[in-house]
Amino acid sequence: MTFTGFGASAKRKEDPALLRGEGQFVDDIHLPGMLHAAFVRSPHAHAKLGRIDKSAALAVPGVHAVLTYADLPEPVRRQTLPLLVPHPALRQPRMPYALAKDEVCYAGEPVACVIADSRYVAEDSADRVEVEYEPLPAVNDCRAALEPGAPLAHAGAESNAAARFPIKVGDADRAFAGAARVYRERIYQHRGGPFFMECRGAVAQYEAPTQSYLLYVSSQGSHRQKRCMLDLFDLGDHQVRVVTPDVGGGFGPKGSYYPEYANIAVAARLLDRPVKWIEDRRENFLATHQERDQYWDMEIAVDADARIIGVRGQLIHETGAYVPWGIVLPWITATTVPGPYVIPHFKLDVVSVYTNKIQTTPVRGAGRPEAVTTMERLMDRVARELKLDPAEVRRRNFIRPEQMPYNVGIIFRDGRPVTYDSGDYPACQAAALRAADYEGFLGRQTKARRAGRYLGIGISNAVEATGLGPYESATVRVSTSGKIVVYTGATPQGQSHKTTLAQIAAEKFGVGLEDVTVVTGDTAAVSLGIGTFAARTAVNAGSSVHLAAMEVAGKAKKIAAGMMECVESDLELADGNVRLKSAPDVKKSLREIAVKAVGTPGFSMAGGLPPGLEHTAHFTPEQSVYSNGTHVAEVEVDIETGAVTIRRYTVAHDCGRVINPMVVDGQVVGGVAHGVGNALFERMVYDENAQPLSATFADYLLPLATDVPRVDMVHLETPSPLNPLGVKGAGEGGTIPAIAAIISAVENALAPFGVTIAEAPITPQRIVELLGEHALGRTR
Amino acid sequence: MKPAPFVYHDPRTIAEACDLLATRENARVLAGGQSLMPMMNFRAVTPGHLIDLNRIGELSYLRVANGALEVGAMTRQRELEFSTDVGGRCPLLHEALAHVGHRQTRNRGTLGGSLCHLDPSAELVNVTALLGGTLHAVSTRGGRNIPFPEFAVGYLTTSLAPDELLAGVTLPLPRSGHGQAFVEFARRRGDFSIVACSALLGLDARGNIAGAAIALSGMSHAPVRPAAIERALRGQKPDAAAFKAAAAEAAKLDAAGDPFVSAGYRRHLARVLTYRALEQAAARARETAHG
Amino acid sequence: MGDARTIAVTVNGRVHERTVETRLTLSDFLRHDLNLTGTHVGCEHGVCGACTVLVNGRSARSCLMLAVQCDGQEVATVESLAKGGKLNPLQQAFQDCHGLQCGFCTPGILMTLTEFLRDHPAPDEAAVRDAMTGNICRCTGYQGIVDAALAAAKRMRETRS
Repeated sequence: MTFTGFGASAKRKEDPALLRGEGQFVDDIHLPGMLHAAFVRSPHAHAKLGRIDKSAALAVPGVHAVLTYADLPEPVRRQTLPLLVPHPALRQPRMPYALAKDEVCYAGEPVACVIADSRYVAEDSADRVEVEYEPLPAVNDCRAALEPGAPLAHAGAESNAAARFPIKVGDADRAFAGAARVYRERIYQHRGGPFFMECRGAVAQYEAPTQSYLLYVSSQGSHRQKRCMLDLFDLGDHQVRVVTPDVGGGFGPKGSYYPEYANIAVAARLLDRPVKWIEDRRENFLATHQERDQYWDMEIAVDADARIIGVRGQLIHETGAYVPWGIVLPWITATTVPGPYVIPHFKLDVVSVYTNKIQTTPVRGAGRPEAVTTMERLMDRVARELKLDPAEVRRRNFIRPEQMPYNVGIIFRDGRPVTYDSGDYPACQAAALRAADYEGFLGRQTKARRAGRYLGIGISNAVEATGLGPYESATVRVSTSGKIVVYTGATPQGQSHKTTLAQIAAEKFGVGLEDVTVVTGDTAAVSLGIGTFAARTAVNAGSSVHLAAMEVAGKAKKIAAGMMECVESDLELADGNVRLKSAPDVKKSLREIAVKAVGTPGFSMAGGLPPGLEHTAHFTPEQSVYSNGTHVAEVEVDIETGAVTIRRYTVAHDCGRVINPMVVDGQVVGGVAHGVGNALFERMVYDENAQPLSATFADYLLPLATDVPRVDMVHLETPSPLNPLGVKGAGEGGTIPAIAAIISAVENALAPFGVTIAEAPITPQRIVELLGEHALGRTR
Repeated sequence: MKPAPFVYHDPRTIAEACDLLATRENARVLAGGQSLMPMMNFRAVTPGHLIDLNRIGELSYLRVANGALEVGAMTRQRELEFSTDVGGRCPLLHEALAHVGHRQTRNRGTLGGSLCHLDPSAELVNVTALLGGTLHAVSTRGGRNIPFPEFAVGYLTTSLAPDELLAGVTLPLPRSGHGQAFVEFARRRGDFSIVACSALLGLDARGNIAGAAIALSGMSHAPVRPAAIERALRGQKPDAAAFKAAAAEAAKLDAAGDPFVSAGYRRHLARVLTYRALEQAAARARETAHG
Repeated sequence: MGDARTIAVTVNGRVHERTVETRLTLSDFLRHDLNLTGTHVGCEHGVCGACTVLVNGRSARSCLMLAVQCDGQEVATVESLAKGGKLNPLQQAFQDCHGLQCGFCTPGILMTLTEFLRDHPAPDEAAVRDAMTGNICRCTGYQGIVDAALAAAKRMRETRS
């Protein structure tokens, strides 16, 4: 039997159904009598909401209802959507109502909900809803929003500042006062979004006999969706069940609770019919959470040997119209800046700013790519100023492995001090440079320049907090069929949980993966759960499955020992049986043991054992665990057109021990693709009235197969001491250092022309602008 | 994003289609659907009548006659792509097609559809301008031939009357011995070009430029044939100096800017791509002369 | 129902007769009228390729076609690939090479590659990447997909020879 336990590149259980087109995504769900929703959305980024005339809309044949704020039931109307992560720094937290009440604050904010026989008819009707708007000045830019006299994103607010907070270690101002070498860098990092291939969607059903709701949501955490429903609708725990089916990508924003889900729940109850809403791509551009803009204004102080004395600066972060995740995103960004370097003095003043655009929440990388980009730009600057090899500057500042666990001195968003648990940063960079043939690059670059071609190389290092708590749930149950089921609150969107978690469980029982079924994202299956985001599942769910499976395997042996009248230590688990090590034919099947474990009516449980062959674990990490990586990008820039081609891309990656190497590699390469997108292509463009101008895939460019390079990967493994598996998160490591490496490489290619880059993404047009006369090339 | 309701027609002959166009209000014709269907899905256009041309066999033909390619309006881009006639007589059309969308779009997209949609950056429109194509329009009132410059009148606007149908295009084939080139700059493979430049260069017995044709698209609402630049090239040696001079003039052409791409960048690309297109066309002209 | 037609479309070898609104897209017809939900809808403006099917053997974006246009035509969807539930060599290669993660773009990519490998049985990596530019994947970074396509091409050549 092929080994499929921990560490095996086991083929995925998810694949056969998905490959046959038998996936069950939310739009594949058909319930009898189901109706369809479409939303009327504000065309204005900021306006007072006036009268809404539904009469023409209701007259369209096949329309069942048109809901506005006034039609929402009392608990939903009374309160705004739940703020998921409150924080005292949020001076004026703003959250939306399920439908706009009297003000709209971003183009695309839902104003009315139409329910009809089909989506086609619902859209016909939505076109006929007449809404009075009184446009108000709109806030388009988060930096301008802080200027005196700037319009307010929310009418009547005291300012556009949602929150201000400092992150600091040591005394940066005093350290800088004495420093001889201080360099300043300003970086502008543009808005972008997740742009999963499957748009958002949900189906809501109200069951009158039990007065309860069943929701299918394309989400990243069923339990969070349920909790928001309970809060918003004022319901009992037994009145909501949320099931997340197959999900076509999430990357963060499917973890939020959105107004559309509340609306279809209201409609389902009102009409006593199931209601489906599927986001179309135009809505996706308007109404799904995005990430960034960020303006960074930073200084680094170094000594004569390029050792960092301190880093300080300001971050202006755009939160958009509301703050569903509080200040989580800017907080993660700010605390990621120090990275793998020893920085005795650090100060970052962060302000999170309201604008009239869709909210920003964590998107793959969750603010960490921006931090790494900033820190690595500073390191490149130091190298340039001191005329040192950029790799050497980094080497001189690394935290050394013997300094682990290393307390950075700042507090992470999990409330705990940022303490790197393990990692060998110098070895990681060295491995990446070796694999990238960094030594040979100068020769390649010189040769190319003689032929009029411009190559560049860029390095970037990142340390990322992963495995965020508070926990994940896992119930491991051997059912009376003898098969094993793992129920977990983890809610995958492509991360292969149904295979990786099965691998962990199967190994404990000595069975094949086909004997273990992993059920994810169903609030009825397991009572507590958090979800899949922030590269947390291997640590949390993996550890919980491990602990629960160990417990159940132990119990199986105990019960078997009683049944076989022997000692537990004489027994082993293999092939679906518990058998005598010395005489493998003497065995009890898991099925028999499970049947024994559920008891027989009338008889007491033998040996005073608690019933059932199952156990639920909630691994609770003490703190995040820190993965790290080094990326090396080698690019060619066509100075006449500004086109950038990535010639070679190398990743050295350390996410501790690895459950399934094939899956981790896939996560890294997939993450690099997001990085390529953010570095070179992805840019949400708005006009001065905060109107989104990039609202289709023709304007907002996602990287294609011809844009993403093959990734050469080197794996390092420094296990984490903080969980039983020694694992760390792997979902975002491909993205986090990528933008910095690519930008750095482009700048290196353009070094002969004195071009420096202070923005992401960097586009061909911008490169040509920065090159000035030099871009004329052969046409000069 | 579902289309608004319409009345659907699928005529079998040109005459039926013309009749429908003449008699139905707010009618639009559907060719390959690669441009119109997205607009309908966005409800950016909401025709009351949709006249599907896909079942009219007589609109689909491809033949060489009298030194020209005669192409029916509904001829699929795919057919042009795989035609040996086109490959042999007009390789630049194949080069242009390699940049047109993707396999899926070329399987359905048509030459006529691309011409009538008249996207400023469409490669097939560029080539039609370069070759000096003539468009054949028909209606219940009869037929007429429209030279390309009279066809493209504004942004996404042709000179076809509301009751007229494009039936076909005549594309004069480049003379053998002419060097041909098509170069473009796009952000990603298959994307609309930001700027494209196609060129035809004929050399005389001494190896100097006897004639030049250049079409630059992405600058204005339709491809530009910069007559002054074409004239200035005549008689010149096909060398870097000539290309640079032509390129510098190309950078002075009017260009439109938008929030995504500036006018300045377009002009810059016009310069760079004109140089590259002329250089390539000259090299190929020399090859053919010596071959 | 608005303007409607009765059509007979052959899908995966079976003729389906239905009366449909003329504005119904082919993608919605397949997914909701015929319950063949393997074909996915990602953008409805002809860029992402998730909706790719074969119409008369040629790849097409089903979100940009009307169901009525397929009257009397043949359509093949992802559901036609696995005979008797057994993954075909291309599908198996995807599983072997980790060519899918969330699986949403996968059916469209399988149909694109089915046409491509039929027409180009011995492609190199550059040709595969070029052929895939009409399909967007947001999970894999394409590498696993390219590996799968090359592996499948090789396997299919070996089986033929």
